Amino acid sequence: MTVTPPAPAPEKDEVYERRARIYERAGGALIPLAATVLAFLIGGLVVLITGHNPVAAYKAIFEGAGFNWILPWVQGDERTEAARDLQQTLRVATPLMLTALAVAFAFRCGLFNIGGQGQYWLGFIAALWVGTHIQGLSRPLHVILGIAAGIAGGALWGGIAGLLRATVGAHEVITTIMLNWIAIFGGQYLYEGGGPLQGAVAALPRSDVLDGSARLWIIWPAYLHAGFLVAIAALLVYYVILNRTTLGYEVRAVGFSPEAARYSGIGVRRSYFLALAISGSFAGLAGAVDVLGFKYAVDTSDFATNFVGFTGIAVALLGRNKAVGIFFASILFAALSTGTSSRQLDPEIFEPALAADLSTMIQALVIFFVGAEFLIVSVWGARRYLRVRPASREKPAL
Amino acid sequence: MVSSESSLLELRGITKRFPGVVANDGVDFDLKRGEVHALLGENGAGKSTLMNVLYGLYQPDEGEIRVNGKPAEIRSPKDAIDLGIGMVHQHFMLIPVMTVAENIVLATEPTRGGVLLDYEAAVDRVEQIARTFKFAIDPRARVESIGVGQQQRVEILKALYRGADILILDEPTAVLTPQETKELFGILRSLTNEGMSVIFISHKLNEVLEIADRVTVLRRGKTIETLPREGATQAQLAKLMVGREVLLRVDKKPAEPGEPLLSVENLSVSDERGLEAVRGVSFEVRAGEIVGIAGVDGNGQSELIDAITGLTKIESGEMRVGTHDITRESARQRLDEGVGHIPQDRQRRGLVLDFSLAENLGLHDYRKEPNSRYGFLFPARLISWARRVLKAFDVRGGGPETLASALSGGNQQKVVIAREVERDPRVLIAGQPTRGLDVGAIEFVHRRLVEERDEGRAVLLVSLELEEILSLSDRILVIYEGRIVGEYGPDVSEEELGVAMTGGTREVAA
Repeated sequence: MTVTPPAPAPEKDEVYERRARIYERAGGALIPLAATVLAFLIGGLVVLITGHNPVAAYKAIFEGAGFNWILPWVQGDERTEAARDLQQTLRVATPLMLTALAVAFAFRCGLFNIGGQGQYWLGFIAALWVGTHIQGLSRPLHVILGIAAGIAGGALWGGIAGLLRATVGAHEVITTIMLNWIAIFGGQYLYEGGGPLQGAVAALPRSDVLDGSARLWIIWPAYLHAGFLVAIAALLVYYVILNRTTLGYEVRAVGFSPEAARYSGIGVRRSYFLALAISGSFAGLAGAVDVLGFKYAVDTSDFATNFVGFTGIAVALLGRNKAVGIFFASILFAALSTGTSSRQLDPEIFEPALAADLSTMIQALVIFFVGAEFLIVSVWGARRYLRVRPASREKPAL
Repeated sequence: MVSSESSLLELRGITKRFPGVVANDGVDFDLKRGEVHALLGENGAGKSTLMNVLYGLYQPDEGEIRVNGKPAEIRSPKDAIDLGIGMVHQHFMLIPVMTVAENIVLATEPTRGGVLLDYEAAVDRVEQIARTFKFAIDPRARVESIGVGQQQRVEILKALYRGADILILDEPTAVLTPQETKELFGILRSLTNEGMSVIFISHKLNEVLEIADRVTVLRRGKTIETLPREGATQAQLAKLMVGREVLLRVDKKPAEPGEPLLSVENLSVSDERGLEAVRGVSFEVRAGEIVGIAGVDGNGQSELIDAITGLTKIESGEMRVGTHDITRESARQRLDEGVGHIPQDRQRRGLVLDFSLAENLGLHDYRKEPNSRYGFLFPARLISWARRVLKAFDVRGGGPETLASALSGGNQQKVVIAREVERDPRVLIAGQPTRGLDVGAIEFVHRRLVEERDEGRAVLLVSLELEEILSLSDRILVIYEGRIVGEYGPDVSEEELGVAMTGGTREVAA
């Protein structure tokens, strides 16, 4: 056999590979960052058009979200207030991280889990039931039991959609949306007047308040509860399951190419079921930490006003289904919401009624620009194409 | 290079660099009026880059283009079209819901009153061109309702309609059946008779020798040689293309078959539509032999492979690996029982393109120690194992953490083969293992399959390429309409097989 030409030195290959990986990662963060900046710029423009000062408005949102707490010169009362605001921001971010994981995990298996909201409620209701109906447990045990119930509730709701997908091929977008409504209306029924889980006060359509022993510890008084740490741990678990377990490997293989996965003997249906069940447990966990952490009870009106599961879809999109990305995206979304709540924002700077709209607008713009990634990329490509041409003309022809 | 007076088109010293690669390095190429000039080279040799430069999609970093002896600056496809250059891409750029005539006149359509499409005039013009060049095509047919060969004709007509007298065809036969290829060659001949010139890009030696008047070989971005078709041989072209002697014929010893490792008895399988695709097929593949299954596409080959590998339900029959009954086992159990499978479609089924090479190599053994334990995966072990395997199989173009999609077709196929062979299977099933590969890679795959045979594996080769079947197989089975209609030795003639494949012999009793 003829000798083939020598391959390039392996060291060079490895250097190149490492560099390519860094580029890939940096590139992954670039689009969401650019989208965010662009959204804030356009939002600022709108503020300007309505006759306000965008810099002042953003400064107010920044402070309203409590971010000024990290600035060393903020002291005294101002610092106390900033701490409280930041605690709220992190508390709002907590369930967003988890519902975003519920979207992200399914997505890595090639599935669109729109059912985060329903799975959240299942987890919420299950944890609340444990908190109100089981007594006499020590606090750690009661808390763990409540969390476990929440995870199980979410897993059940996600698992139903997964089972339908795996057995009869019912599309998960349809089934999870339907399951959302079942959870929402079912929840209202449970706690309304005469409902099976209605609290002791017959006149009020709400649950009992759960036992002190079932409440999550406050880790940063007065507002931030241990659910925040649970959410961080969940981000870690998400990463480990996806990248360090055979289950995650199968899920990713199915997500990228169900055909190739099937050809290598991976149970594609089993993966669909497990992915949705695990997704559901993340959302269920979100419900559990919300109720055990600070809500402690539920009112039937909550079912119509809570959109944490849907916001999770946007957070996952902005966070690119990566653990780190989801962390920052959830903080951003939470900050926009606490920073513009009427209580935080000085009406001198921006009318409270408009502030909430501004935050919604920025959130929408962020999602729009992340979604329009191909547009940005092609504009970028066109720019490079335009730049190459004049340069080539200067070179002498041979 | 001295250019003759009659050159219609000349490319001189074309250099095009991309970050990290010189795709074209001082390439010379010329085209005479009325000839078919083939541009031959392996995948990645720079053929497409050169043609994209000519068509104005890329700007060369250096070099000169002359059309009719005058220097030309081609900055966009529009410039190219104005100079009479038309290109037919590998992937057609047609609008499926519009008719043939509408697609052809698009952007330069005849109008009534300046705004309305004069459809009858469009149809007239298309018919006129089709008549001139002896095309058989219905201008009123919708593009989505016509076959691939016809769509390609629409693309050619579109270029002609825009006044092209230089036609670039980028791997035009890749999507065609042998019959359609023949028709295309007929069309190309009538085009050159009318004074058109054709640049024919290909990596298939036999086609180039059949249709081209001259051949220019590119290798790693450089012009290696331009030679006339007369006197050129496949072996010579292959050597120019790859840069070393290539064994077009597979060198192998006679088989020494051992005990049967794969037995199929009375197997019947239905296809997706519920029609019987495999009808009572029985055969054996023994250790140390390659059994080739020859047949025209769609005669039950895919269903047969899927049935043996456990990817589809069977109607009836039995399958054994050695003496072990696998009929009721899952795909995964069969893999573990020693059935290796090189799927027909490596991009869709053989590989997860968005997975790294290490992850692709681990697709079967990720769940075994030491790659994982108690459900936890150890990517570092997959990577170090992959590094060794990639080296052993001489996979170029990336390391263990490179995405599979970044590799050339030949290297992708090496990864698939490496994965299947490294598990030491008893039975190896190869479905069209060289489809879309260039000669260097084909040689590798063929040599490897023979080596696996010599290792004592039972190799079942399913291929649509008669040449491949004939050069590799120790026994040949012909499949026709789901039945095995004949068994032949390795020295059967191509004609005899051809007749059997189209149902020409009497069926062997089941």
